[in-house]
Amino acid sequence: METIKNIQAEIIEDFEMFDDWMQKYEFLIDLGKELAPIEEQYKIEDNLIKGCQSRVWLHAEKQDGKIVYTADSDAIMTKGIIAILIRVLSKQTPSEIISADLSFIDTIGLKEQLSATRANGLVSMIKKMKLYALAYQN
Amino acid sequence: MLDINKIRAQFPILNRKVNGKELVYFDNGATTQKPQAVIDAEANYYSNENANVHRGVHFLSGLATDKFEETRNTIQAFIGAKHNHEIIFTKGTTDSINLVANGFRTLLNKGDEIIISEMEHHSNIVPWQMCCEISGATLKVIPLLNNGSLDMDSFEKLLSENTKLVAVSHVSNALGTINPIEIIIEKAHAKGAQVMIDGAQAASHIVLDMQKLNPDFYCFSAHKMFGPTGVGVLYGKEDSLNALPPYQGGGEMIKEVNFSGTSYACLPHKFEAGTPNIAGVIAFKAAIDFITELGVETIAKYEDELLQYATSEILKIEGVKIFGTTKNKSGIISFNIDGLHPYDIGMIVDKLGVAIRTGHHCTQPIMQKFNIPGTARISIAVYNTKAEVDVCINAIKKAKQMLS
Repeated sequence: METIKNIQAEIIEDFEMFDDWMQKYEFLIDLGKELAPIEEQYKIEDNLIKGCQSRVWLHAEKQDGKIVYTADSDAIMTKGIIAILIRVLSKQTPSEIISADLSFIDTIGLKEQLSATRANGLVSMIKKMKLYALAYQN
Repeated sequence: MLDINKIRAQFPILNRKVNGKELVYFDNGATTQKPQAVIDAEANYYSNENANVHRGVHFLSGLATDKFEETRNTIQAFIGAKHNHEIIFTKGTTDSINLVANGFRTLLNKGDEIIISEMEHHSNIVPWQMCCEISGATLKVIPLLNNGSLDMDSFEKLLSENTKLVAVSHVSNALGTINPIEIIIEKAHAKGAQVMIDGAQAASHIVLDMQKLNPDFYCFSAHKMFGPTGVGVLYGKEDSLNALPPYQGGGEMIKEVNFSGTSYACLPHKFEAGTPNIAGVIAFKAAIDFITELGVETIAKYEDELLQYATSEILKIEGVKIFGTTKNKSGIISFNIDGLHPYDIGMIVDKLGVAIRTGHHCTQPIMQKFNIPGTARISIAVYNTKAEVDVCINAIKKAKQMLS
């Protein structure tokens, strides 16, 4: 079982291969396309994340003491971003998710790629994921 | 013929790079860039002329007041208003609309009706919803046709003796449609209703003559016509403005203040409480001078050439759908590409130095009508070039290739 820290290190390594934004975007687009689909029943108003320019649905379930996230977005690059977050946080225990230090986001320069309003969307995604973990803690 | 290079040389920001690329700015519908003369006028006010207006007896106050009032006279001439006191300075179009809507709250009763349209910007919807909520009046909405023009037959059916005000935009910010406001004004007046036009997207693109057009109110923003942010205009016919109660209370807007009752100043001061954006208003004159020197008709002709060129080029990209396809359009192209989200397109073209707008453009009812989350929008100003259109189109093609 990989730790959040290890996965983050892998992602940083992935991004280090890229010389320019174009490659980073292409990577995000690919991740977006590969993201496992969310079940249709969870694509509901209640699961929409507020603060995103595009629509993002996030669903979380507890399986064997761990949280499994699924998500979707109508914008592919947003989907790529949430795919990265899912790779880091999904299938971890609530307490690990709550205490996760997500400094890799700064390291890979993801925030710099986004305008302030869009970076707010990223913050909203992380917040919602952590809130699910809090809710499932007990 | 316009010398576009000479025009571009007046805009310092057009020399800058973004993301390592030459800036190609096609978000003029949101705000235009500013020529050096406007930037200088604003700086010069603070360097040499700063004083409060309409208050002091001293030299600088007199100078600032003269220059402030000079802008009012310039705007009066620019839009063909009968009197200079029919020009009210506000914070912007939104503020102008709120001023009128706030006034109508006290004039309207249950049973009265306000007509707006489905293509309005939120700032020409929400103030009227608030106005109706408080006054008990009813809001009616002119529907859109599929080509992005107003359903004028429905408009005529909505008009009645109960209609007290019609508030529509001159040009749609999300579709580019130029509305037949002459006809709307004439028909509304025939029923005894007043008309307010949101001219935010029209004011530097279409020749304005208030006495010929004959609206009761007309609003626009300085920053969408090469002027500073935080300055707007509410034009109103003398009688229509006099019929409205004051908007905000404070200094400047009074004749006499007593605890037994206060009397209000005459137009325009009745609606200009508090210290205004003096620097902005003074610099706004430099923006109007820039426009008049080129000539609105000449600007419109050039922008239309660019619009036609950009439209034909963008339609060559497979899967492109343009929203707003009437003949009578101003320099706005709102589009989507099959299967792609406008947000993704905007993010990629941004990295290529191209600034376009993506989203619902504060016109959610239009997006609901077309059942789309938003569009990507190219909006043109006089300093744009065909070469920039090419850069923009290539950036869109690149985005499509990456996303498909």
